[in-house]
Amino acid sequence: MSKERMKLKLKVWRQNGPNEKGKIETYKVSDISPDSSFLEMMDILNEQLINEGKEPVEFDHDCREGICGSCSMFINGEAHGPGKRMTTCQLHMRKFNDGDTITIEPWKAKGFPVIKDLMVDRTAFDRIMSAGGFISVNTSGNTQDANAIPINKHDADKAMDAATCIGCGACVATCKNASAMLFVSAKVSQFALLPQGQVEAVERVQNMVKQMDKEGFGNCSNTGACEVECPKGISLENIARMNREYLKSGMG
Amino acid sequence: MSSKVLDSKIPDGPLAEKWTHHKNNIKLVNPANKRLIDIIIVGTGLAGGSAAATLAELGYNVKAFCYQDSPRRAHSIAAQGGINAAKNYQGDGDSTYRLFYDTVKGGDYRSREANVYRLAEVSTNIIDQCVAQGVPFARDYGGLLDNRSFGGVQVSRTFYAKGQTGQQLLLGCYSAMSRQIGKGKIKMYNRHEMMDIVIVNGKARGIIARNLITGEIERHSAHAVVIASGGYGNVFYLSTNAMGSNTSATWKIHKKGAFFANPCFTQIHPTCNPQHGDQQSKLTLMSESLRNDGRIWVPSRKEDAEAVREGRLKPIDIAEEDRDYYLERKYPSFGNLTPRDVASRAAKERCDAGHGIVNNSTKEGVFLDFASAIVRYGKEEALVKGIHNPADAQIRAFGEEIVEAKYGNLFEMYENITGDSPYKTPMKIYPAVHYTMGGVWVDYNLMTSIPGCYAIGEANFSDHGANRLGASALMQGLADGYFVLPYTIGDYLADDIRTGTIRTDTTEFDEAEKAVKERIEFFVNNKGKHSVDYFHRKLGKIMWNKAGMSRNKEGLQEAIAEIRELREQFRKEVKVPGKADGLNSELEKAGRVADFLELGELFARDALNRNESCGGHFREEHKTDEGEAQRDDKNYAYVSAWEHKGAPGDAALHKEKLVYENIELKTRSYK
Repeated sequence: MSKERMKLKLKVWRQNGPNEKGKIETYKVSDISPDSSFLEMMDILNEQLINEGKEPVEFDHDCREGICGSCSMFINGEAHGPGKRMTTCQLHMRKFNDGDTITIEPWKAKGFPVIKDLMVDRTAFDRIMSAGGFISVNTSGNTQDANAIPINKHDADKAMDAATCIGCGACVATCKNASAMLFVSAKVSQFALLPQGQVEAVERVQNMVKQMDKEGFGNCSNTGACEVECPKGISLENIARMNREYLKSGMG
Repeated sequence: MSSKVLDSKIPDGPLAEKWTHHKNNIKLVNPANKRLIDIIIVGTGLAGGSAAATLAELGYNVKAFCYQDSPRRAHSIAAQGGINAAKNYQGDGDSTYRLFYDTVKGGDYRSREANVYRLAEVSTNIIDQCVAQGVPFARDYGGLLDNRSFGGVQVSRTFYAKGQTGQQLLLGCYSAMSRQIGKGKIKMYNRHEMMDIVIVNGKARGIIARNLITGEIERHSAHAVVIASGGYGNVFYLSTNAMGSNTSATWKIHKKGAFFANPCFTQIHPTCNPQHGDQQSKLTLMSESLRNDGRIWVPSRKEDAEAVREGRLKPIDIAEEDRDYYLERKYPSFGNLTPRDVASRAAKERCDAGHGIVNNSTKEGVFLDFASAIVRYGKEEALVKGIHNPADAQIRAFGEEIVEAKYGNLFEMYENITGDSPYKTPMKIYPAVHYTMGGVWVDYNLMTSIPGCYAIGEANFSDHGANRLGASALMQGLADGYFVLPYTIGDYLADDIRTGTIRTDTTEFDEAEKAVKERIEFFVNNKGKHSVDYFHRKLGKIMWNKAGMSRNKEGLQEAIAEIRELREQFRKEVKVPGKADGLNSELEKAGRVADFLELGELFARDALNRNESCGGHFREEHKTDEGEAQRDDKNYAYVSAWEHKGAPGDAALHKEKLVYENIELKTRSYK
C-alpha cells in the first residue's frame, strides 16, 4: 500500500429534484484506503449516511471500469476529477491526500437537467442518436461478406478512435457553451470514415445537428476543453470533420 | 431419466440441417399482422438490444426496458476481448463443425448439441451484419479483418475492436435500436425495472415495471415477453459484473413457472484484478486476449513468493529459472491459453500451495508477464526496420509500441486501478466471478417453461454447458437476438394475430401490481439496522468460500443453512432509507439482494446435487490424480432444471438428458 488511510472533507451537491433548489452539504469520511476507487469512497459515505438515518447521495454508476459511461461527477471543478483520460469510477483515492477537501457536483448544462443530487438526465444524447446515429441496414443474415469491402487500416483505426466515445457527457459539462459537438462529431466521424456510412452521410449529419440544436446544446468555439477532459481522448479533429461533412451536405 | 415436463423441441434430422429444416417448417406472421403484435423485451444488452432492433425491423411493436439511463450502458459494453465466428479467414482449419466441437468440449459436455451447432452456424452472419452496421473491427494492412486466438482453441477465429469489442458491438445494436426508436417501432423505457411478469390464462402477457425516477408502478402488456437481463454473477457480491447487474427478472419468472437450469454453473475468470481490501465494491476483468502474449507465473520458491508479498523482492529480480510458468508446464499444447476453468483452478492450486504474490488477506494472486512478448515483438520490429544489431533499449521501445497498439487501453485501465505500469512490471491477477452459464431453462426455440416467455443471451442456460469459452458470450447474445429469436418467436405469435391488444385492467394485472407494491412497502417501512450492502457482502462471502472455485458436500450444506439464516436476518434487519415514490437506489438494491438471497440457496442446492466435477463446477470429491475435474457421464449427463415450489429449498428437480449423437464424450484434455 502506497499511503496510510485518509480522512477527508466532502462538499457534496444535494438537490431533491429537477425543480428544487440545490445546495452544498459538507460531510466527513475517514479510514479511506488509497487503493479504493472514488466511487468506493462514495459508497462508504452513503453507508455512513444510512447508518445515521439520513438519505444517501444519489449518483449514476454501473460498470465501474470506465466503459459504460454512467458515472458523471464534477470533482474539484473537473469533469471526472483530476485524473487524465479516466472516468470517475477509474479514479482512485491515491490521487488525494489525507486531510483534503473534495467538492463533488453534478454535470451542469441546460441539456442535462438534474434528476437528484449528482444524477442528471442525459436522454438528449439518445434523441440525437435516434435522429441519425445509425446505418440503415436491417438484420437479414444475407448482407454481403464482411471482407467484401476492404477498408484502409488507417481509416478503420480512426473510425475506431471516434467510436470509443462512451456518451458520458463530460464534454458538455466541461464546455462553457455546453456544446455537444464532440459527442455528435464522434458518431458522425465514425460513419464518415467507413464506406458503409457514405450512403446516408448527408441526411445523417443534417439530422443529428438539427436535433443537437433542438436539445439546447450550445455551439463550439474551439476552446478544446472537451478534448482535454474527455475520458476516452476523443479528438477535436472530429469536430472539424463534422463541420466539413455539414458543409458538404449543402447546409453550410 | 428425462422428465416428462421438459420438451427441448430439438428438430429431427441430421445436426447440420436441423436449423434450416426448422426455419422452413415453423409458422410465419405476415407483415400486416406483425403490426398487431406487441413484444416486451427486458434488458438492452447484446441479446436484448439486437432482438429489439430486429423484431422492430420486422414490424412488431417492441417495448424495451432497461434499468440504466440509456440502452447503450448495458453491461455487454464491458466485454473486452472479442467475438468468435467460424469465418476461417485465416485459413487455419476453422469450420462450423470445429467451432461447434470446441464449444461443446470447452463446456465439458454439458450443453445441448443442437443449440450449439446452430450458434456456430449463424456466427458468420453476425460478423457480416456488424460490419454492415459500421462496427469498426480491427483490420490488417490489406484492409481485411484481423483475428486473434482465445483460450481452449487452436485456431484464430476471434474478431475484435481493440480491447473494446463488447462496446463496439453494443453500440452497433444501440444504433440499430436508435433507428427503430426514431421510427416509433421501439418504445424505449429507460430507468425502468421489471418487478414481475404477468401471466394470463397460462401465457406471459405483460410485466409490472417500476419507473426508477418517479417510483410509479406501471402495467405493460404484450403478446410475448422476452427476458434478456443477463447473468447472476453478483450473487457473489464481488464480481466483474456491473453494480446493477441482477437476477431479479430471471428470478421473478422462475417464481412464476420458468424452470431455472444449472444455477451452479458459474465462470470464474482467471485474469482479474486481485482484491485490494475490505472497501472493494467490484472486480475488474483483464481481457483473456492478454493471454495471447502474457505469460502466467508464480515464484517457484515459497520464500520468494513471501518476499514479493512483503515488498522485499521485485518480480523482475526473480531469475528465469526461479519462476514457475505453471500453465506452460502443466498444459504444454495450450499453455497460457488453456480454458478459463482450467486456468483459474491452476492459479488457486498454486496459491493454496503458498506461492501467491499479492499482499492481501488471502495472499492470492499470480503474475501475468509481458516482458518476453515485448522483447519478441521488439526484435521483429527492429528487423522490419532494417536494424540488425539493435540495442536492448531499442528492442524494448519497439516492443512496447507493438504491445501498446494491441493492449494499450487494457494496460491503461490496469495502471489506473493499481498504480503500476504493466510495461515495467508484471500484472498481478487472480480469478474472479465473471459469467454464469446457468440460467433460465429454454427449449430450442428459446422459450422458457412459461408459454410466450422467452429468455435470451446470458439469461438463458443453453449454449455454454459447464464452462464458456472466451469470446463466445458476445457471439451467443447476438446470435439469439439477431438470428434465432426473430424466427422462433413468430412460430408462437402466429396464433396471436387475432388476439388484439392485451388489456391491463384485469385481475391478473391487479394482483401482480398489488404484490409488487406490498413488497416495496415492506422494505421502506422495515425498521432495520443494517444497509442492503451489509447483507449483500455477507452473502457474497458465503458463496465465494463455500460455492466458489472449489466446492464440497459439507461446505455446500453449510452454505444452504447460512443463506437461509441470512435471508431471515435480512427480512428482519434490513434498513432502506427514503421513500417508495421517487428515486431511491437503496430500494432498488434491496429488491435485487432479496432475490439473490433466494437464488443463492438454489445455486448451492444445485451444486450439492451435481455430485461430479465438470467445467467450472469443481467438487473436491471428484478429481483425477492430477487434480483435474472428473465428470460422471453415466449419472450426470443432464441439465438440472429446477421448478419453483414456494421456497428455494422446496424446488423440484427435473432432468433433461443430454444426448450426444455427433460428438464422443471424452475426458477433456489440454495437455
